[in-house]
Amino acid sequence: MSNIPTHLYYTDSHEWVSAEDDGTARIGISDHAQEALGDLVFVELPVVGDEISQGDPCAVVESVKAASDIYAPVSGKVIAINEELEADPAIINSDPYEDGWLFEIELIDTEELEGLKDAEAYELSLEE
Amino acid sequence: MPKHTPLYDAHLAANARMVDFGGWEMPINYGSQIEEHHQVRNAAGMFDVSHMTVVDIRGAQARQFLSFLLANDVAKLRNPGQAFYSCMLNEQGGIIDDLITYFLDETFFRVVVNAATHDKDMAWINSQAKAFDVEVVERPELAMIAVQGPAAREKVLSLLPPDVAARAGEMKPFNAGQFGELFIARTGYTGEDGFEISMQADVAVSLWNQLLEAGVAPCGLGARDTLRLEAGMNLYGQDMDESVTPFESGLAWTVALKDERSFNGRQALLAQRENGVDKKLVGLVLQGRGVLRPGQRVVTEAGEGVTTSGSFSPTLQRAIAFARLPKEAVGSCQVDIRGKLLDCSIVRPPFARNGMVCEGII
Repeated sequence: MSNIPTHLYYTDSHEWVSAEDDGTARIGISDHAQEALGDLVFVELPVVGDEISQGDPCAVVESVKAASDIYAPVSGKVIAINEELEADPAIINSDPYEDGWLFEIELIDTEELEGLKDAEAYELSLEE
Repeated sequence: MPKHTPLYDAHLAANARMVDFGGWEMPINYGSQIEEHHQVRNAAGMFDVSHMTVVDIRGAQARQFLSFLLANDVAKLRNPGQAFYSCMLNEQGGIIDDLITYFLDETFFRVVVNAATHDKDMAWINSQAKAFDVEVVERPELAMIAVQGPAAREKVLSLLPPDVAARAGEMKPFNAGQFGELFIARTGYTGEDGFEISMQADVAVSLWNQLLEAGVAPCGLGARDTLRLEAGMNLYGQDMDESVTPFESGLAWTVALKDERSFNGRQALLAQRENGVDKKLVGLVLQGRGVLRPGQRVVTEAGEGVTTSGSFSPTLQRAIAFARLPKEAVGSCQVDIRGKLLDCSIVRPPFARNGMVCEGII
């Protein structure tokens, strides 16, 4: 059974978004996604300062099995990336929602969050 | 309806993640494919390979038939129990499949071909067999477990009756024999020592459970793929198919052209050797970060090529691949990964065997 924290937003392509009160958001991939990909061995993250638009491919995670694009769940400017992942991408497997975060952005339009799934809707979509 | 092996329930009980493989529902991993990989390189792991096709060739002309069917020369198999690797070619020299042949007695040989190519292989073997006094008998009732790794043989032998263990323990690599209800072969697809054991379904379930209890890790197709890639072993349908010959697939060593033996593909191979082979299959090691995958474009000073297999190598801790390149390509090359050209060295596989990175690879 997949772990789906209730305080996060989710996308159909299995990213999660943690929205902060200061207008920033942290982004990662869901437990379901890391499990489906298997052992992660490489991540390619955006560069701090990049402007990314909702729906754009902005990062890549690769497992032994396959490469998978990460799509920007919301638009914004990249303000931080998780540098720990370069040396140890498997952190995403062991802790997808905390230490395994990918990058942080400054949101352009917080209303974009409204279009994302909550935990309940995401769980339902996984059951379909 | 996907097909299930007799070990299907055992896989589910071990929390396997199941995937479709050539119509069979097979385990891709039981949690971590990298851990499974290391288990095989450092201790012992087991694979359900019951989906593979076992075919017995019986009859007075069994040897003559295989001599004609295979690119390697079955005359090399002199003593009962000996086995070898060979390609089965069409008349154009294209590879129909690769297989292992076991010589059991003059009227009984066994071949094991790939699961994904079952239908075309059987059609070809049966059509070629018509001209010979042989009987071609598939053995779909046999299950097969590959136990691989430095501790694999010891683990298996510890479960056998002492007299059987003594005899099976003396078998040299690439030898096999029937020991009661077990057909035990000292072969594999990982670059490690071990056994491939064929048996009836109920015996297989019991052996699987005994091996589990003995501490042998169940391993899925994911680890099997990275192990064979590190070991420099081709995967049919990916590294070779009917559009290429063994010469273009790093398999010249499996072709026996020395004497006058007639076999399927001989004329085409002679002609290709005469005219020169322009492509070769080599190994690549990515110098920086990233992962090599099948189908990536390779740029060399001698022209372009393509990767055929590629993955992250758990033993080397970097990406490795097979690539089909122009024959003059040597030294280094670049691989196009999502539009970036990344540096690779060109090497001669295997990359890793017997738990170690091979010399000259890194």
